[in-house]
Amino acid sequence: MKRFAGWTQASPATLLVVVFLVLPVLATIVTTFTTPGGPFATYAAFFGSGFRRAVLFRTIQVSLAVTVIALVIGFLTAYVVSRAPGWLKSILIIAAVFPLLTGVVVRSFAWLIILGKNGILNSTLISLGLITEPFQMLYTQGAVIVAMVYLFVPLMILTLVGVLESIPDDLIQASSSLGAKPSATFMQVTLPLAVPGLIVGAVLVFTGSFTSYATPQLLGGEQVMMMGTLMYQQAMVTFDWVAASTIAAVMVVITIAIVAAMNAMARRLNPMTA
Amino acid sequence: MTRNIHPLLIAGTALVFMFLVGPLIIVLGAALSDTTYLTFPPQGLSLRWFENIFAIDAFRRTILTSLQIALLSTTIALIIGIPAAYALNRHRIQLPGWLSTLFILPVLVPELVLGFSLLKNVAVQFNSPIYLSLLFGHALIVLPYVVRVISASLASFDFSIEEAAISLGSPPLKTFFTVLLPNVRSGVIAAFILAFITSINDVSISIFLTGPGLSTLPIQLLAHMEQFFDPTVASVSVLLMILTVAVMAVVERTLGLTFLAK
Repeated sequence: MKRFAGWTQASPATLLVVVFLVLPVLATIVTTFTTPGGPFATYAAFFGSGFRRAVLFRTIQVSLAVTVIALVIGFLTAYVVSRAPGWLKSILIIAAVFPLLTGVVVRSFAWLIILGKNGILNSTLISLGLITEPFQMLYTQGAVIVAMVYLFVPLMILTLVGVLESIPDDLIQASSSLGAKPSATFMQVTLPLAVPGLIVGAVLVFTGSFTSYATPQLLGGEQVMMMGTLMYQQAMVTFDWVAASTIAAVMVVITIAIVAAMNAMARRLNPMTA
Repeated sequence: MTRNIHPLLIAGTALVFMFLVGPLIIVLGAALSDTTYLTFPPQGLSLRWFENIFAIDAFRRTILTSLQIALLSTTIALIIGIPAAYALNRHRIQLPGWLSTLFILPVLVPELVLGFSLLKNVAVQFNSPIYLSLLFGHALIVLPYVVRVISASLASFDFSIEEAAISLGSPPLKTFFTVLLPNVRSGVIAAFILAFITSINDVSISIFLTGPGLSTLPIQLLAHMEQFFDPTVASVSVLLMILTVAVMAVVERTLGLTFLAK
C-alpha cells in the first residue's frame, strides 16, 4: 500500500489536469485533422489565406519586438535593482510586483487613457504646441507593442533580479580585483552568467505576447488583429470552430516548439554546465 | 555597491520605474474625476464613479461571480494541490518525472486554447453547465501556483518530525492536519492569495466561458469599455488595485515578495 502512497496523493490533481486540460486540448487539435476535406485541409486553408498569414506574421513580429525591448529594459533595470542598497531594492521590487499582480485589463486600460484620441499624450502634445491635430495612436501596432512591453517588463525585471542575485559575488570581485573595468566585468562575467535567465525571460515574454488576448483587443482592435483576437473572432463571432481550432493548434505548436528550443539553447549556453 | 553603476543606467532605471508606476497613477486620477468622460489630471474630485459601480447591475453581478469563482477554484486547487505537492516532495522516487511537468502544463498551454477547448469539448460536447467549465478552468490555471508555493514550503520541512509523530502512533490524517499543515501554514496562505488574485484577474480562460447570464468582472470591464468611455472602469480598476495592495501585504508577510523573483 505504501508503494502507492505518492500516487494516491497526486491522483486528484493528475485527474483534473488530464480530464480538463490534456484531453480537451488534444481533442481540439485532433479535430483539425479529421475534417471532410482531408487531414491537412484546415491548415491549407489557414496558410492559404493572405489575411490569416498576415495575422500570424504580425503576431510573430509584435511578439519579437516586445521580447527584445523587454529584454533590454528588463536586464538593465534588473542589473541596477540587484546592486541597489537594501531599502531601495525593497521599494523597487514592490514597484515591479505591484503592476505584475494588477490585472491585464487594468494595465491595458491605462494605455487606453494615455493613447486615446483625446488622451493624455495627445492633449499634452497639443498644449505644448508640438502638434495641432491629435495623432491616431490607438489601434496601431505601436500601441499594442507599448502596452505589451508595459505588461511584461515587471515579469522580466523580477525574473532577472532573481538570476543576477544568484551570481556569486566572488566572481564579480575576482574580475575587478584582477583589473577588469566595471564594463568589462559586466560584459564578460555578468552577462554570460545571466544568459540562461535571459532565455527564460524571453520565452515567458514571447509566448505571453504570442497568445495574448486582452491587450491586442483593447489597443489594437480590428486594425491590429493578432492570433488571439483572430481566434476569439472565429470562435465566438463567426462561429467557425474548425478555423478557431486550427489557430489554437498553430498556437500550441509554436508555443511548445519555442519552449523546447529555448530550453535546449539554455542548456548549451549555460557557462556553469558547459 | 551603487557607486559602480554608470549614472546613465541609474537615470534609465528611474525612467523605467516611472513608466511602470505612472500609468496606474493616471488610472487612479481618472477614477476620482468629477467628469462624465475619462480625463487626467482629474477635474474636480468625486467618488461618484465608485458609487456608479454598484449602481450598475452587471458590475454587481460580475463582482459576486468573480469572487465566488476565485474562492471556489482556489479552494479546489488547494485541496488537490497540497497533497500533490506533498507527494512530489515526499515520494519523488515513486513518481515519474513527467508528473511535475504535468502540473505546470496549465501555464505552458496557452490559456485561450484551454478556454476554447473547455467550451467546445466539455461544455458543449457534454452539454454540461458552462459554470462548471469556468470553475475547473480557473482551478487549472491556479493549480501551478499552489503546487509551486507549497513545494517551496515543503522543501524546508523536516519530514523526520512527521515520521516521529507516526511512529508514536498518530494516524496519518491526524498527522497531516496537526503536524504537516501547521508547518507549511504560511505557504498555504501565500498560495491561496496568489491563486485568488490570478483567478480574479483572468481574461483568457473566462472570455470563452462567459456569455448571457454568466460573466466575470474582467470580461464585464472589457464589454463596458467597448460601449462607454466614462470613469466607471477606472473606479473598478482602483478597487482591483486596492486588492493588489492587500495581496502584496499578505505575500510579504508569508513568503516575502522576493519569492516572486525566483
